[in-house]
Amino acid sequence: MNFKLKIWRQPNQKTAGEFHDYAASNIPAEASFLEMLDIVNEGLAEGNEDPIAFDSDCREGICGMCSLVINGIPHGPGKAKTTCQLYMRRFQDGDTIWIEPFRAAPFPVVKDLVVDRSAFDRIIESGGYITARTGSAPEANSVPIGKPIADLAMEAAACIGCGACVAACPNSSAMLFVGAKVSHLGLLPQGQPERKSRAHNMVRAMDELGFGNCTNHYECEAVCPAEINRTFISRLNREYRKAAVREAVAVTVDE
Amino acid sequence: MALATVPPTRVKRFSANPFIAFYQSSIGKKIIVAVSGLYLIFFVTGHLLGNLEIYLGQDHLNAYANLLQQLGPILWAERIILLSAVVVHIVATIQLTIENQAAKPKKYAVSKPQSSTLASRTMIYTGLLVICFVVYHLLQFTLMWTNPEYRNLHDELGRHDVYHMVILGFRQPLISLFYAAAIFFLATHLSHGFESVTQTLGINNRRIGRFISNGGRWLSWLIFAGYVSIPITILLGLIK
Repeated sequence: MNFKLKIWRQPNQKTAGEFHDYAASNIPAEASFLEMLDIVNEGLAEGNEDPIAFDSDCREGICGMCSLVINGIPHGPGKAKTTCQLYMRRFQDGDTIWIEPFRAAPFPVVKDLVVDRSAFDRIIESGGYITARTGSAPEANSVPIGKPIADLAMEAAACIGCGACVAACPNSSAMLFVGAKVSHLGLLPQGQPERKSRAHNMVRAMDELGFGNCTNHYECEAVCPAEINRTFISRLNREYRKAAVREAVAVTVDE
Repeated sequence: MALATVPPTRVKRFSANPFIAFYQSSIGKKIIVAVSGLYLIFFVTGHLLGNLEIYLGQDHLNAYANLLQQLGPILWAERIILLSAVVVHIVATIQLTIENQAAKPKKYAVSKPQSSTLASRTMIYTGLLVICFVVYHLLQFTLMWTNPEYRNLHDELGRHDVYHMVILGFRQPLISLFYAAAIFFLATHLSHGFESVTQTLGINNRRIGRFISNGGRWLSWLIFAGYVSIPITILLGLIK
């Protein structure tokens, strides 16, 4: 298969970028999107050109490292998959494919298609953890959790933190990501000690880092590789509302 | 990779005062928008029900308008609450929009919306168009600055003749067209607004989600039909 690629090239954060045209020739239909870029890069390296920088790690859809906005959609066309799980057979031979980095003020471009998503780490540091007892693990059945709760928490825990939600959101809102984290930890007994402060602190961190405000478009849900449901945003709104009331009536939220 | 980025800078600092901090937060501001929006939805619905009394005849509508005028301090309390809701709703949404634009400084060369709608993407514009209409609407029917002759309309009982004022107003096709366009923008705004209120207040869930979003859309277009039916029946000469 042959493709015309329009790829965003940007030397570093400080320098302005622009689209460059590349030709991807003789690409096997079973190649993944990242493998297609590898093939293009091999050609660039042979011609002593700077290869296109892009993020990837596990290449099996679970690590959340690969990114890219392909023809206007984070992780490209199709539901519930990351860019590494997108195969070239999904495209037509001769297609023009636009490849851009995730765009959001809190995700600055490092180089070409690589963006710095450490803002997510700052959000996690502010509340995305539990106080765990060190030492041997407790007996599994000593902490009973109802099946529906366990399932719901597991559904939220499926978030791989790739940032596609922020990339897809016209406002660069991180509500789906934060909603997933607050829900997955807040639903389980292990997450109760910090539950009161978690939503409060993570929302404040998200706002401080310059993520935008959710306007309920649900573009995030549509592109999420883990299919995180929009109702986790509703749950986050609820948790934050309770935390804010608690703070206003002078009950410390850090208890 | 040898390249480094400037670590994300904090673009916002929160006040130590919990009330100010609540307003500064994204969700806090949105909750205020949702609550004021919900109040405005109730007003729009109540106002429509009042307006529909035109179909019951001159006496009914004028009696209803007269009753509202007789409320005195209650009417003024309602007007002050309504005005505050409008001001808060507009100020907060403009602030949110400015923050949202700052969070997406660079737009995509190719954009392919997956689930947002024209209504959801144009909330700020439909909202601002509606408020422009509301100003004209007040100048026309409440303050009667644009049409001072309305002040001299009285029925046999000496009450202000709202019934004939409305008929005179909507007999002009351009005024009716402008009115219908404004109500169209209002309905578009509400078709996204209803569902947004439940989501922001955290009462949306999987069981009621579809019902709320579809119900909200139905209600919005019912409101549209209700309001726009009045100029249409007047232009068709069914109400004289």
